[in-house]
Amino acid sequence: MFSNRYIFIYATVLVVVVAVILAFAATSLKPFQDQNVRIEKIQNLLKAANIESTTENAEELYATYVKEELAVDAEGSIVSRFVDGKSEGNMRPFNINLKEQQNLRKKGRKAIAPIYVFRKDGKTAYIVPMLGNGLWGSISGNVALAEDFNTIIGITFDHVGETPGLGAEIVTERFRNRFLNKQLFDGEAFVSVTVKKAANKESVHEVDALSGGTITSEGVSNMLKDDLSFYQGFKKKLDVKN
Amino acid sequence: MSELKTKEPLFSAKNLKLIKNPLGKDNPITVQVLGICSALAVTAKLQPAIVMALSVIVVVALSNVIVSLLRNTIPPRIRIIVQLVIVSLMVILVDQVLKAFVYDVSKQLSVFIGLIITNCIVMGRLEAFAMANRPWESFLDGIGNGIGYGLILVIVAFFRELFGSGTLFGHQVIPEKFYEWGYVNNGFFILPPMALILVGIIIWVQRSRNKELQEK
Repeated sequence: MFSNRYIFIYATVLVVVVAVILAFAATSLKPFQDQNVRIEKIQNLLKAANIESTTENAEELYATYVKEELAVDAEGSIVSRFVDGKSEGNMRPFNINLKEQQNLRKKGRKAIAPIYVFRKDGKTAYIVPMLGNGLWGSISGNVALAEDFNTIIGITFDHVGETPGLGAEIVTERFRNRFLNKQLFDGEAFVSVTVKKAANKESVHEVDALSGGTITSEGVSNMLKDDLSFYQGFKKKLDVKN
Repeated sequence: MSELKTKEPLFSAKNLKLIKNPLGKDNPITVQVLGICSALAVTAKLQPAIVMALSVIVVVALSNVIVSLLRNTIPPRIRIIVQLVIVSLMVILVDQVLKAFVYDVSKQLSVFIGLIITNCIVMGRLEAFAMANRPWESFLDGIGNGIGYGLILVIVAFFRELFGSGTLFGHQVIPEKFYEWGYVNNGFFILPPMALILVGIIIWVQRSRNKELQEK
């Protein structure tokens, strides 16, 4: 039979060997995984501005169309800027951790948020990322706003584990197209776009919810409201400039 | 002793049975009723079902081989923990590789790859087979059971995707005309209960065709 001593040594050696293998695998695969996450983020940003990309050409398209990234605070002042591959300020807006900034906001501390300035054919659009909660997990999205920082010209959603066929339908074009030409502001005031049942089709601030995906729809609604309200300061400054 | 010395061919009739049996009368899902949880969860679409099946095949086969190689050194008192550690190792490796090279699929499967660890088929094969058999046989047994599991997954996913979304591998297969005539996708197929019903139907068909499986 096996002695206690043998069992202890056996267990220890096994665990150490397994740990070494896993640590090695994790570190050697990390660059690939990070790159995947990065490409996905870029693809989603481009998709919001209605540019379809593949994993191969995403970086190139991004470099062509998004030459400027801004980080703004609640007052709308630009605290950091990334132009033509050069960073002005202490960090690149692309790397802002939305979750961290949301937590800062909740605690009433000073927070910042990124804006991606998209330029194509002489037209400017602003792409803004969002992060919220659905029914089973987090949902996220990007919204592209026209030059007036008001009219939605494109939107994307993503989710971790919404119900297939119900809440998960937020990623479909059918749902996303409902947001086109909706407006976030009514004059000066921020009203956001509400996702609700039997929405008034005439209103520029309402879109129809998904049947069977009530909680996810609410999550989308809240996400838009919470994350986009932060940009009121930026919008005010932009209006003054124009 | 003389029997041990004669070398058995790699694919002898006995060894081939290790692969064939789990496809039919020893199927892990329909006969042993193991791995039902993931069979319900990942079968709404074909592509994730196939990746899940491949992942399980790799995990069962490789952990079977490792456990079989170590079988004479593993102290019986801690054997379950040892098996668990080895299965976890394989699952995490598979998960990491998927994340690095087929990111979109790994996102679709989300937690279910990690949950292969708790898939009874894996532990079941280690306990029932790998602990008492040589590496090659264990490898075949793992492949067989993995395929047996994957086969059911793919069958269920085929019907669920076809009737639930009207697509196969994400491509529209039910013509647009049908929808114009009033055909609608059956949303029930997308939900897990339908997977259970489909598995039930497969079990029914299998049992009515195979007399061996019928209880007296």
